[in-house]
Amino acid sequence: MNLKVDQVVKKLTAASGRDRTRMMDVVRGVQAELGCVSGEAMEAIARELGCERVEVEGVVSFYAFLSKQPKGKAVIRISDCVVCRMKGADKVTEAFEQALGIRVGETTADGQIGLERTACIGLCDQGPAALVNDVPVTYLSTEKVSEIVDSLTATGEPKKLVKTLGEGKNATERIHSMVINNVRKKGEVIFAGMEPGAALRKAAGMSPQEVIREVKTARLRGRGGAGFPAGMKWEFCRKAAGERKFVICNADEGEPGTFKDRVILTECPELLIEGMAIAGYAIGAEQGIIYLRGEYDYLRAHLEFSMAQMHEKGLLGDGIAGKKGFAFDIRIQMGAGAYVCGEESALIQSCEGQRGSPRDRPPFPVEVGYLNMPTVVNNVETFCCAARIVEKGAGWFAELGSKDSTGTKLFSVSGDCSLPGVYELPFGLTISEFLETVGGRDAIAVQVGGPSGTCVNPEMFDRRICFEDLGTGGSMIVFGPQRSLLDAASQFMDFFVEESCGWCVPCRVGNVLIKERLDRIRQGKGQAEDLDYLEQLCETVKRCSRCGLGQTSPNPVQTTLKHFREHYTQRLVESKDGLQPTFDLTAALGDAVEAQGREPVFHED
Amino acid sequence: MTKPKIASTSLCGCFGCHMSILDIDDRILKLVELVEFDKSPINDIKRFTDRCLVGLIEGGCANQENVKVLREFRSHCDVLVSVGDCATMGGIPAMRNGIPLKECLAEAYLDGPTVHNETGRVPHDEELPLILDKVYPCHEVVKIDYHLPGCPPPADAIWEAVVALLNNKPLDLPYELLKYD
Repeated sequence: MNLKVDQVVKKLTAASGRDRTRMMDVVRGVQAELGCVSGEAMEAIARELGCERVEVEGVVSFYAFLSKQPKGKAVIRISDCVVCRMKGADKVTEAFEQALGIRVGETTADGQIGLERTACIGLCDQGPAALVNDVPVTYLSTEKVSEIVDSLTATGEPKKLVKTLGEGKNATERIHSMVINNVRKKGEVIFAGMEPGAALRKAAGMSPQEVIREVKTARLRGRGGAGFPAGMKWEFCRKAAGERKFVICNADEGEPGTFKDRVILTECPELLIEGMAIAGYAIGAEQGIIYLRGEYDYLRAHLEFSMAQMHEKGLLGDGIAGKKGFAFDIRIQMGAGAYVCGEESALIQSCEGQRGSPRDRPPFPVEVGYLNMPTVVNNVETFCCAARIVEKGAGWFAELGSKDSTGTKLFSVSGDCSLPGVYELPFGLTISEFLETVGGRDAIAVQVGGPSGTCVNPEMFDRRICFEDLGTGGSMIVFGPQRSLLDAASQFMDFFVEESCGWCVPCRVGNVLIKERLDRIRQGKGQAEDLDYLEQLCETVKRCSRCGLGQTSPNPVQTTLKHFREHYTQRLVESKDGLQPTFDLTAALGDAVEAQGREPVFHED
Repeated sequence: MTKPKIASTSLCGCFGCHMSILDIDDRILKLVELVEFDKSPINDIKRFTDRCLVGLIEGGCANQENVKVLREFRSHCDVLVSVGDCATMGGIPAMRNGIPLKECLAEAYLDGPTVHNETGRVPHDEELPLILDKVYPCHEVVKIDYHLPGCPPPADAIWEAVVALLNNKPLDLPYELLKYD
């Protein structure tokens, strides 16, 4: 037995209390220390946690940042996001391949540097971007590639890549990152600044029911994308029976083009923490979890520091805001690269140390959630809004925004606009107003709500951004006249194919079929009936899939088919003789010509 | 009035679907009243003599010859029906699709444990059609108008389908004739 593996596993399992539900921390730790989770490590983990090896293997094989085979000491993960590709990620990838002498997916012969693609890492406004281990590198160019490779070869130390620091708290010792916040517009709710503890002290003077009533009166809707009324969720959870309850913050923003939570976590984590503690007070929970996406690992020390400071100030822990019995504490659960974990039940599975496969719903997490106890899962921004509502009052909040979408919304703006970044704007503005603000007047399309949202055409630019019209979790990708929307849709489908958890057939298989048929059309081999096929298939996948991923994954194709049909019809061909343009007889005979050693003969009758 | 013409063929199939056609039993007399058979293994006519209303295709495309015949059917028939699972999906022959063709041929003619082949070559006579890299369902090679599932489709399903086509009526098959679970 390899002593080192055994030691590392024993150390890490002991640190997590030999608790099976903390498997994620163990496998992440093993990956970080040993460069992979080998079969031997899996055996050891299973032994220490008292579970079967297959459970460990199930977890390791599920997450993109975990691997059974050793990866390079430094792994360069280039963001494969549509926006990063608009900004030249493909050229950067090629440059890395050349500089390292390896292909994507390989590791240099000395085992030092690995090269991979990864799904959107939330740096679309400063792309092309990549992660080198947990260090984000932004504004990549072919010139920067050789600098990065040289530095990594010389030092083997990703942290040394950080030469200039971003603004605000990105420059602190604990974050120490080149990432910039790019906050273009500060609104009244999130970025207005709040005296620490103001919301908690206010909440402590209210009853839990009053807190819930306040959030309900403010008509706060969840900021993650679905827009479910937060107060109602809290009330359901408060009423649900359970010996313990939990509050989970979904900081797994993985929708391509979304990065607003990153800025909240960087600049105002205290607001989030107050919001979570208030939610705990309202529903009767004393424990919270921040589920932080693996891509944001560089923010973990900063978040832990913020929590420690809140503890010192009496705003976290026991007797919050001086109120006896108001107790709340938070732990951070790191993810490991899985978009589907942004779905609340998959996120809970992941927090319990399982594969991030969504659960059947109902029962909903408010009744049967984390450790089968009633659990509220809300987006980062939702908790922040809740804290401000308690502080400033429901009336103040409800005045902002539109009738059914109150308050301000953070937008992550990227793509073909002159001012990409984060904007805090009231709900209800039109797409035209939005484009004017972000410098995207030439836009031919806007992807509202990321790939699982809607792609809107210029005729729809007078539509309003709010849940009663065009809902969004904040991702806004602007497409200029030079872009091919079909290429973008195809890249979005690649993303969903990659991120499908594989549990249900419509999503696992259907998305692949949608992508294949779309690519047929892109290659100029599609026919009119392929559009009918795509429409039917999109509907089937949406209707039959088990969770939100499959229920929305056909949207890039379905909404462009609806709003940009001419982009498809332009590329169609008509087969007058009834032959399929996709069938290439010469290619199909290629293997036989080699194996049978003669050219085909075409007999005439 | 001249009777409409019908043609049929078996590509990479087992002739089971044609056996199922014969299972219509005495209705074959009615069929002869309704239609005239052009190119078909049933009457052994090798070449199309005229344009046909309906072409029934059994089997998928595994070799160059299958593609040629299928394309002929497409150009001679108004309506093409994929009959049975091989035509519709590739069927049993498509089990080789997961294995590269070269490995299949090597196993069959060069390296297999029971192979005795002094030439040391894969058969390559010009009379033997070249094999395609994989078995294709018919609709990937030409446009197919209708698919009739089953292995084979029951005689009643084939009969109902053909009669509906000839009368230009919608086909309403009972569930029992379409379920395969």
